[in-house]
Amino acid sequence: MPVSSIKTPLFKTHQTLGAKMVDFAGWKMPIRYGSIIDEHKTVRKSCGVFDVSHMGEISIKGDNARAFLDRLTPGDVETLTEGDVRYSTLLNHDGGIIDDMLIYAISGTRFLLCVNAANTTKDLKWITENSGDFPDVVISDLSIEYGMIALQGPNSENALKSLVAAPLSRLEYYTFIPVYINDNYVLLSRTGYTGEDGFEIFCNSRNTVEIWDKIVTRGKSFGLRPVGLAARDTLRLEMCYPLHGSDIDETTTPLEAGLGWMLKLDKNVDFIGKEALVKQKEKGVTRRLVALKMESRGVPRAGFSILNEGEEVGTITSGTLSPTMNTGIALAYLNSDLTKPGTRLQVRIRDTEADVKVVKGPFVSSRIKKKIINNEVEKQIVRGE
Amino acid sequence: MELPEDLKYTKEHEWVRVDGDVCEIGVTDFAQSELGDIVFVELPEVGATLTADETFGVAESVKTVSDLYSPVSGEVTGINDELMDSPELVNKSPYDDGWMIQVEMSDQSELGNLMSAGEYKKLIGKG
Repeated sequence: MPVSSIKTPLFKTHQTLGAKMVDFAGWKMPIRYGSIIDEHKTVRKSCGVFDVSHMGEISIKGDNARAFLDRLTPGDVETLTEGDVRYSTLLNHDGGIIDDMLIYAISGTRFLLCVNAANTTKDLKWITENSGDFPDVVISDLSIEYGMIALQGPNSENALKSLVAAPLSRLEYYTFIPVYINDNYVLLSRTGYTGEDGFEIFCNSRNTVEIWDKIVTRGKSFGLRPVGLAARDTLRLEMCYPLHGSDIDETTTPLEAGLGWMLKLDKNVDFIGKEALVKQKEKGVTRRLVALKMESRGVPRAGFSILNEGEEVGTITSGTLSPTMNTGIALAYLNSDLTKPGTRLQVRIRDTEADVKVVKGPFVSSRIKKKIINNEVEKQIVRGE
Repeated sequence: MELPEDLKYTKEHEWVRVDGDVCEIGVTDFAQSELGDIVFVELPEVGATLTADETFGVAESVKTVSDLYSPVSGEVTGINDELMDSPELVNKSPYDDGWMIQVEMSDQSELGNLMSAGEYKKLIGKG
């Protein structure tokens, strides 16, 4: 364990802004600048800017990089073309989730994995250990070299467009382009962890402060303000996006966690975890991650028990008060026969039992930018080729 | 950071406003600021018996759950119902609209264990 937490390039900026700083995954991070609820609502209504420089970046490079990723990850890697982003996972041989991540296709032979800060070291070890059949592939940890800023909310495009010389309206969800912000080369992707339209910016850690300042200054007239990790968590939970270490881990599989959509179980490659997942799918999963909404007051929290007529049937993995709905919301693994939306259960909050209902997630409608471009020619226009 | 001189304070960040043998109890401006947005307050029933230094309720913020400790022993004679629908009153007005419970004290000598505004200020490092 590190003796002291690593500071992101924006540490002083956060201090100046009066942020409450916490140790998170080995990093000193801003948990909130003021009111978590205000920060949350800012992202839903206008635009929030987040320092997410703690995220890990792992580069996979080489002629066989794609084949290696195909073995390493359970999703479709074959169709990833330059400028594509894809959600995926690293699985162990039991199909358990070592980490979840985004894969950025920089080129046909260069990929960037954006992984959870808490798992970067573990991921790197796993990736390296499993690279034996691909000796030409170069694996490197670029986490310190990269700063990362997220801009999230309906006004994100307007706040950003005058800073980049690219037609942002054409940049579709889960794609990215290399652009300049103030002479600083960055990777700009239309991705996020809030359910709102928005962008994530990978930049050189040396330029992170300059880019942040530029965005904050330009964004003021669009209602932009800095948002901390606490609101990032409530925003993602309203969308039912699982958080690794809370809702998913090495003992849970993508099929149980509702992430089956990102699997390509019929791909020709024997990816790590395939055998276990194929078996689990045949047998059917015995538990599933479900969304629960409180029917009365009270805040469901991680670790609280879910009961069905007095019998314990599950445990909450994430819970909070939803700032958008002003209602308690949670995720929990339940036996498959209890996962039907509308199922009424109870949560034990201290010494009382409160009613909860299984609902179909997300809790709040997503407003991500849906696919608008499908052909390669238009993609090239966006990339400025 | 507001710290009214006429109140008494505890190391657990509650305040006490004494009026004869009855007192009003809430949490301090410092406590609400540290907790952030209060989203839920759980209070005892009127008529409940409290013991000094034991929990009488819970204040929850978006991220945290904090026990509330009774500064005195006695019987609960009133609770602030407004906090059920508007827990944010604890943030907006910790010493007035955000009061939590009213207690009829059974042992007024317990008040001697509480801190003055000046002593509390030192405790939270603002003195």
